Amino acid sequence: MAETHPSFNVLWLQAASCGGCTMSALAADDVGMVRALERFGIRLLWHPSLSEESGAEALAILDDCAAGRVRLDCLCIEGSVLMGPGGSGRFQMLSGSGRSMKDWIAALAPRADHVVAVGSCAAFGGVPAADSNPTDALGLQFSGWAPGGALGKGFRSPSGLPVINIAGCAPHPGWVVETLAGLALGDFTPDRLDALGRPRAFADHLAHHGCGRNEFYEFKASAARPSDRGCLMENLGCRATQAPGDCNIRRWNGYGSCTDGGYACINCTSPAFETPSGPFQETAKVAGIPVGLPVDMPKAWFVALAALSKSATPQRVRANAHSDHVIIPPARRPPKQP
Amino acid sequence: MTKPTRLIVGPFNRVEGDLEVTLEVADGAVAEARVNAPLYRGFEQILLGRPAADSLVIAPRICGICSVSQSVAASRALAGLSGIQTPPNGRLATDLILAAENAADHLTHFMLFFAPDLARDCYASRPWHAAARRRFSARDGECARALLPARARFLHLMGLLAGKWPHSLALQPGGVTKAVDPAERVRLLAILAEFREALETHLFADRLEAISALDSIEALESWTNAAPAEKGDFRLFLHIARDLGFADLGAGPGRFVSSGSFGLFGPGVWKAGTLSDFDPALVLEDTAFAWMEGEAAAPFAGRTIPAPDKPDAYSWCKAPRLDGAVIEVGALARQVVDGHPLARALISHRPGGSVLDRVVARLLELARLIPAMEEWVRALSPGEAFCAYPVTPEAGAALGLVEAARGTLGHWLTLNSDRISGYQIVAPTTWNFSPRDSKGIPGALEQALVGTPVGPEETTPVAVQHVVRSFDPCMVCTVH
Repeated sequence: MAETHPSFNVLWLQAASCGGCTMSALAADDVGMVRALERFGIRLLWHPSLSEESGAEALAILDDCAAGRVRLDCLCIEGSVLMGPGGSGRFQMLSGSGRSMKDWIAALAPRADHVVAVGSCAAFGGVPAADSNPTDALGLQFSGWAPGGALGKGFRSPSGLPVINIAGCAPHPGWVVETLAGLALGDFTPDRLDALGRPRAFADHLAHHGCGRNEFYEFKASAARPSDRGCLMENLGCRATQAPGDCNIRRWNGYGSCTDGGYACINCTSPAFETPSGPFQETAKVAGIPVGLPVDMPKAWFVALAALSKSATPQRVRANAHSDHVIIPPARRPPKQP
Repeated sequence: MTKPTRLIVGPFNRVEGDLEVTLEVADGAVAEARVNAPLYRGFEQILLGRPAADSLVIAPRICGICSVSQSVAASRALAGLSGIQTPPNGRLATDLILAAENAADHLTHFMLFFAPDLARDCYASRPWHAAARRRFSARDGECARALLPARARFLHLMGLLAGKWPHSLALQPGGVTKAVDPAERVRLLAILAEFREALETHLFADRLEAISALDSIEALESWTNAAPAEKGDFRLFLHIARDLGFADLGAGPGRFVSSGSFGLFGPGVWKAGTLSDFDPALVLEDTAFAWMEGEAAAPFAGRTIPAPDKPDAYSWCKAPRLDGAVIEVGALARQVVDGHPLARALISHRPGGSVLDRVVARLLELARLIPAMEEWVRALSPGEAFCAYPVTPEAGAALGLVEAARGTLGHWLTLNSDRISGYQIVAPTTWNFSPRDSKGIPGALEQALVGTPVGPEETTPVAVQHVVRSFDPCMVCTVH
């Protein structure tokens, strides 16, 4: 790719972020983000963790992009945009520039052919926007579920696309690499995004798909305590049946996923995940029924099927659900002869 | 003395997060430095009113590079509230997850954050520059090209034990949510063996045990000289450090603190050749030059209320002090306090430490951690408990302390009526990069920068960059 096409220039800035999206992406494809992107002719003009240029040299790159002197194919923003205090943006000044990050983003976004929000903070506001939102944190084009955000509801980059929201806290490195590669390949169309601007490549799945606890889910054999092997939905706050993401179809850090790691999916790819109605690790219920049912599932059917499957739970599944290791292995019987 | 000129340095990249340094330069050197953390996100405010265990979700998201350290501090504070005891497997798995983050961070710092400055054009006339460019260049240096994949595969340990990294919920007050079965135990050993091989091939060009056995400055010198400069990135660094005088650059306050880690590195305070106990009750956070309301307070009494228009303030970072004193934390502090002979020898020559000492201590610690991790994996007992289950009281106060890669991290948690009523976080870089306190005493980096040379044409002085990055700052943790 790199030989036949000019490079696809990416400028990456960290707004109010923890840096975790970058840290996650650094492990991309087991070779690291830079090499994973190079394969598609993608070049980082500047990245706060990875580039040599510091201080004045770095500001010169930003100035060149803002003035249109350097072609900016894609602006990646990691972290929420802080509007406070009092609309001044002073909760985050881009150091050395005397200018708030929100102003830099406003200046750079119209220059970029594509604008990408990396992570749920940049997409929807994320953790800094939790509860009282002390810094007036916004996503680039959403504030929680509400369209708008720092760039406004009507924002479209010159490519015609809205802000592309690679949601997740932190997103899977593959989501970052594959989205940027898709843009560099030049055939990324609006129908590849869901209603919240998330790439459908991962957002058309649910974190529940491929969950290693599937048998426990099927029989509603539920974990009661952290480290139990059972399904995490009924008691421990798991939202994987509602959360967009191919989290259990692909692996995280080679071997893992949240549910394989033994803890609840907190639906981190969705707006306002940071402010649940109750404690993160407890399932909110009304009359014993979880409030958050599997997406698209009629409540009556869920209740009926759950009752039925609970009554059919094999002893093996029930016992293993309340243990941190397999107590009863599957039965070993020779196949029946016809 | 000529009239000082002012330099404002930023954006300061290859540090985690946002940093701006204001320098008063006179006679070719830094006369005064002010360190500004220009980002405020309000985590201590966000945590208020939440159920206690929500800190396990919120706190790690303070920082994407020391996420696990934040999780461990939060879980230890919760464990302190309930008084729960973690089963041995839970402690071992937690130690493995934390050590993996510490080790990965030390490597990331060396290859991505610190060493690329050695490849800069300003060093083009030095005899080692071609080698530095080839190995350490930010764009295509061979060191990162070899070791970033090694780091990524090392982090498979996180996939196995913690589900993912960063931002795992596997670390709980009573242990971990993921038990290890016998096959996974084997895989963990394979992951460690692969990482050991990568470090011993590229970074050290020697056995890890040979590095941790270095016990004096003479031993370090003779190891450096024992092979050509390019045999191992650590050796190349040592040759460059000798030429650039890194041993005489960036002396800190000379008071080192560690809360101890893994039962492997002992706790304490080291000052002028004497080791004493570390008492977190003596911690006070001063707000004189921070954009924060209120007077200096102990963290259990502390509050976080931004005061963006406060006169004379210049950072969002509070200024923590231990019994009134400025301290330095980090790998050097940990190794000095623990009594590693090489770290003690370095410090006996220059009580405030140096750029060289900080980098050496970090890589020394990396060499010590991997063999310890191998032992911890072997000590896991599949089939026995990995987690105990606390009953958290409705009210109480507890401190969770942990050694993050960058140094001592504390979470001071107060709970009332089942809700968090106080949450104060003092992070490693809060200690190292604090602003001045009410007595006008500069923070550790502010002290370390004084005297750093500044060339006549330099706008972003390279020696200043070496000193700043030698601390491995994590600015996102600093203010949180």
